[in-house]
Amino acid sequence: MPEQLNKVFIDVEVDDSIRNDPAIAAKLEEVCPVDIFKDAGGTVEIVDENVDECVLCRLCIEASPPGTVHVKKLYDGTELA
Amino acid sequence: MRFYEYEARKIVELAGIPVTKYGFCTSAEEARKVAEEIGGPVVIKSQVLTGGRMKAGGVKFADTPEEAAQHAEEILKLEINGHMPRGVLVDPKAEVKQEYYASVVWDGTAKKPLMLFSDMGGIDIEEVAETHPDHVGKGHISNLLPVGDFEAKQVVAATGVTGSQLNRATPILARLARLFRDNDMTLAEINPLAELTDGSFVALDAHMEMENEAVGRQKKLLRKELQIAEDDTRETYEPSDFEKNVSAIDAADHRGVIQGKDHGFTGNLGLVIGAGGGSLTLTDAVRNQGGQPANYSEIGGNPSVAKACGLAKEVLEKDGVEKIAVMMSIVSNTRVDIVARGVIKACLELGKDPGETIAIFRIPGAWEDEGFKILEKYGVEYCDRSVSMWEAAGRAVSKIQGAPA
Repeated sequence: MPEQLNKVFIDVEVDDSIRNDPAIAAKLEEVCPVDIFKDAGGTVEIVDENVDECVLCRLCIEASPPGTVHVKKLYDGTELA
Repeated sequence: MRFYEYEARKIVELAGIPVTKYGFCTSAEEARKVAEEIGGPVVIKSQVLTGGRMKAGGVKFADTPEEAAQHAEEILKLEINGHMPRGVLVDPKAEVKQEYYASVVWDGTAKKPLMLFSDMGGIDIEEVAETHPDHVGKGHISNLLPVGDFEAKQVVAATGVTGSQLNRATPILARLARLFRDNDMTLAEINPLAELTDGSFVALDAHMEMENEAVGRQKKLLRKELQIAEDDTRETYEPSDFEKNVSAIDAADHRGVIQGKDHGFTGNLGLVIGAGGGSLTLTDAVRNQGGQPANYSEIGGNPSVAKACGLAKEVLEKDGVEKIAVMMSIVSNTRVDIVARGVIKACLELGKDPGETIAIFRIPGAWEDEGFKILEKYGVEYCDRSVSMWEAAGRAVSKIQGAPA
């Protein structure tokens, strides 16, 4: 079985300042339409195998404090603002 | 979805159309019992989903129950066109005065069901239509409004049938039309529809085909009345590993739709194609440009990256596939960037260079600018809607044949 590659096109990172915020963890899990975020008992967890499914909808960015969630388009080096 | 004759006969019977007293049997002993119950000469028919039964020896006549059992035993072991029979149908040998033809077919051009009737039954209706067009009556019915007997009567009367024959044949054709619509059929045919020596009409043979997409909502008929198991899909051939794998990928993810077929394809150019009839057009375009498709596929409805990747990987892993062409017809809501990610990921996961492996990428539609950025990054040749499907197919074929694009 060929290896599954993750984060080929998109990378998503969250700042340490919100990583352990239960409200934000729950919100991010709720808003992401492609399940990139998981609420792991109050901690934000990134589901690596879903990151390339990102549809660039910006809902995660709007659901969290400014500058705390970073969505990077690896194919052109830009980041969603 | 196709039906065996014994099932088609049951469908006809459920619609209130007279049939002879028949029995479906899976053993010689059952056939003997049914022949005994019927009494008199019977006909034993192989139950296979293929034509040419008579010529292959799959239809035999018997005068006694013992003879019926003997014929049933032989027919049950007889393979016809690669199909083993599911059983045999034991039917009385009817005393026929005249044979007629009645059917309802889906007219794809008119987008309505079409009733057909002929007073020359028992033979190929296409042949009758060609040699005796005045003996074939035709009439469309509405997709929504109730089917009136008068509509069927006009079709039957158009063949010159009058009097009691007209009165008896009319409700049969009308019921066949209602059956067709109620059960989502694409074909409902009775041939022959027999007028017996006592003047009554009975369906001696029937052929039914149901729209595959309707199987889910026809459970009452399929599971309860006909006892057809859910996994009994009636495919005309055993699906290949490629087809099974694509189907499994599609079923595992609700986002978008993918389909793949490779039955009868042996080429070297894999196709990841779709959108609004695009698959057929693009397959033809590749062939007419001198290319050899390795498969047929359909992709659309906004599939996930994983789904597009899964289809592309299955295509790329087929024996003999050297490159893939990723093409769609019209501008659709399927996101170009998502499909681009999927097919490029498939190449990368298989250790292939996307720029070398993807012969052409032509998907006009949503988010195409974003898609083009991805394709450029990986060196994949792409084009937008200003390049026709024909030209895109030609570029893909040229590339795989080593000629300058």
